[in-house]
Amino acid sequence: MDDFLAARSQMALSLGFHIIYACIGMVMPFFMAVAHYRWLKTGDAAYKNVAKAWSKGVAIFFATGAVSGTILSFELGLLWPKFMEHAGPIFGMPFSLEGTAFFIEAIALGFFLYGWDKFNPYFHWFTGVVVGISGLASGILVVAANSWMNSPAGFDYVNGQYTNIHPMKAMFNNAWFPEALHMTLAAFASTGFAVAGVHALMIVRKRNIHFHTQAFKIAAGFAAVAALLQPLAGDIAAKSVAKRQPAKLAAMEAYFHTQPYSPLVIGGIPDEKLKKVNYGLEIPGLLSFLVYDNFHEQVMGLDQIPEKDQPPVAVTHYAFQIMVGLGMFMMLIGVLYLVAVWFKKHWLESNWLMKLFIAAIPAGFIALEAGWVVTEVGRQPWIIQGVMRTKDAVTPMPGIAYSFYLFTAIYISLSVVVIFLLYRQIRMVPQLYDKKPEQLTLSHN
Amino acid sequence: MEYVIIAFLWLAILLYLVLGGADFGAGIIELFSTSTTRSRTRKAAYQAIGPIWEANHMWLIIAVVILFVGFPVIYSTMSTYLHIPLVVMLLGITARGTAFVFRNYDAVVDDMQRVYNRIFLYSSFITPLFLGIIAGSAVSGRINPDAHTFLSAYVFDWLNWFSVAIGLFTVALCGFLASVYLIGETNIDEDQRSFIRKAKIWNAIAVVCGALVFTAAHAEGIPLFKWILGNTVGLTSVIAASLSLVLMWFLISKRKTIVPRMLAGFQASMILLAISWVHFPDFLIMQNGEHLSLFKHQAPNATMNALAWALLIGSLFIIPALFYLYYSFQKDRFVEKGEGR
Ligand code: HDD
Ligand code: HEM
Ligand code: HEM
Repeated sequence: MDDFLAARSQMALSLGFHIIYACIGMVMPFFMAVAHYRWLKTGDAAYKNVAKAWSKGVAIFFATGAVSGTILSFELGLLWPKFMEHAGPIFGMPFSLEGTAFFIEAIALGFFLYGWDKFNPYFHWFTGVVVGISGLASGILVVAANSWMNSPAGFDYVNGQYTNIHPMKAMFNNAWFPEALHMTLAAFASTGFAVAGVHALMIVRKRNIHFHTQAFKIAAGFAAVAALLQPLAGDIAAKSVAKRQPAKLAAMEAYFHTQPYSPLVIGGIPDEKLKKVNYGLEIPGLLSFLVYDNFHEQVMGLDQIPEKDQPPVAVTHYAFQIMVGLGMFMMLIGVLYLVAVWFKKHWLESNWLMKLFIAAIPAGFIALEAGWVVTEVGRQPWIIQGVMRTKDAVTPMPGIAYSFYLFTAIYISLSVVVIFLLYRQIRMVPQLYDKKPEQLTLSHN
Repeated sequence: MEYVIIAFLWLAILLYLVLGGADFGAGIIELFSTSTTRSRTRKAAYQAIGPIWEANHMWLIIAVVILFVGFPVIYSTMSTYLHIPLVVMLLGITARGTAFVFRNYDAVVDDMQRVYNRIFLYSSFITPLFLGIIAGSAVSGRINPDAHTFLSAYVFDWLNWFSVAIGLFTVALCGFLASVYLIGETNIDEDQRSFIRKAKIWNAIAVVCGALVFTAAHAEGIPLFKWILGNTVGLTSVIAASLSLVLMWFLISKRKTIVPRMLAGFQASMILLAISWVHFPDFLIMQNGEHLSLFKHQAPNATMNALAWALLIGSLFIIPALFYLYYSFQKDRFVEKGEGR
């Protein structure tokens, strides 16, 4: 494997791994806070147990999230020193604010995890909420760094020099809002479906029904709402891509030839050599409509972009199809769930709805990874869109392939251990929490 | 504004050395404990670092962010030439952080605990060793941007006697900080005596490693004596550290716990001050005589201003919360002691 490919793969692996832990770390505190609040309000100890059981899982994810994030903050320099040398001062603002957010999160987490029954219950609850808010803030801030790479702003690039730097303008670049909105919803949808699905599985297997039902409802509620809003946010994101990165949009849609009444291609196998899509379903005018809100205006195709500035089409297109397909699937489940909650209560007792949720356990995370592949691969060959090429940023050190193998081994073993631990947590639920609700109120802990 | 940022950078490194160091040290002294005292050491250490582990770890992140936002050339040069020790250190941090949490949150207690434990202990040793090696390499003047072979460009910059000796010294310092810290974390007389004994041993090891550093410096032709003792600040800090060491041992013999802790931290800061003062404002010393200075290689003004404000405003939130965290869990233990638990 050549060093450049190894460096890209290592970066993708690390980010792909981190994002899962980061999303869980951002979203779970909110689920816990709801469970915790209901316990404080209703006194139903099942809620306290849900919050406590979740908090153990979250502690595990936090540790992995924190170490994988630490790896990332070094990797930016280890793999892309030339990029960081120039980009650091420009897009560093969100990172320095993020430092504060992480710190607050870490402090609040100390209070929350080790503070059960030690502090005033509402103070303890509040520290949990602070964990969630600061986690969310750090996620939104770091996306500003990524959106700057897609939509560079806040500096002038003259004769290879980066001058006239405005860190604030760089942070508030055009892509930040659409990306952060879409990303935040994705975090809620993916974590929500995964958690709801695991509890649905336990309900179907008739284990600790009361406990798992309370947990399921909280997670499913968040997941359903996020999944409904997700395609809207995706539409905003796509419109913003069309404006700033026409090459990426064309690759996402495998749209080779510029034409009026631009068609939307669904599915299909792009042939990058012959510049056409085999077996795809073409709907004329729909792409124009999605981008410009009318059916005739022509969208820029790949033929208008120099070959050397084009991203890989097939990967971007497949990833985009996977994300949108899963997005529609999750939206459907979300709609069914909300209908069940408001109009058809008896659906909630039926196995088919639970089975749909079980099927959706991995859906959100797959869509999440696919979405990042769209964003990152679709930006290639640029590391900073239109300014610096990825191959000019890579470290001069040879032998990166070994480092890639090493990190692959680490991430695989970490994932195995985390799954093993979670499995053991879930297995232990009967021993830890399987008491009648009345008994629990008296004898928790 | 650059002074604000440099002060924060120095402080973040210091706090990582002292707080993170005590944290690593807890693992190190457990590693070198006899099997009879091991589980006790572990228990005291867990209670002490559990709630504050994440927060201690943050100082490293702050230091890295300051470097890549404020001093990008220094960050990118370090990460290019010290790639290998940085990766090893990252492995250590990863293994240690996850093993620590896994061993406490595994729902089933069985043989896996032994595995987590092994990983935790070894990585507690490896991580500060390589942190020290990295720090040593920054000032050893071995980083060679003109090298043409892999070994001389990416290996001998850090694999030399001086850097390794600094690494060992860092390990010893962590063991020392942790044992002094842990004396106050237990109220069982026997345990307290055992931590005092450990503190003495680690103090002795630190002195030996310190001697090793000077020997290695001499062998490598690094004028360390002149660097540290050849200016008033360096000289004063060495004297202050020595005096405070005497005072610390006197207070420990009186079974005081809080002030000795602070004195141990003070000694670590004096060591850092002595080393950083003579080089200031240089951060990286290269073989070709080019020094990467914090003044010459800083980011443009707009960035420095924004960074300084972010740090100042951030610390308004962080510092009170952090104090409250340390205070709450300290107070908590004293209350438990009062109840005679
Ligand atoms: C649960 C996950 C999930 C789901 C269901 C969707 N997305 Fe997505 N998408 C993401 C998760 C995601 C993401 C991983 O979070 C990305 C990567 C970067 C970003 O900001 O969000 C993303 C990026 C992303 C981009 C690229 C933005 C850029 O490059 O700046 C577009 C155009 C869309 N999405 C569009 C959609 C549409 C039209 C969807 C319709 C259902 C959709 N996404 C569902
Ligand atoms: C966490 C979610 C993210 C995922 C899953 C992700 C995924 C990826 C992928 C797949 C690549 C490889 C693209 C290729 O080389 O073809 C990549 C590259 C990269 N990403 Fe991201 N990315 C994420 C967020 C970010 C953020 C927030 C930043 C900003 C700091 C970032 C910075 C980079 C850099 C510097 C590269 C290497 C250069 C390049 O290939 O362009 N990524 N990422
Ligand atoms: C879009 C991509 C990203 C998102 C949404 C994200 C979000 C988060 C969140 C919410 C956390 C705290 C929760 C937890 O610890 O589990 C976290 C941890 C961390 N992230 Fe990321 N992150 C992203 C990419 C990055 C990148 C590119 C870097 C490095 C430059 C990074 C550096 C870190 C660090 C250092 C931590 C650990 C902080 C700690 O010790 O608590 N993250 N991330």
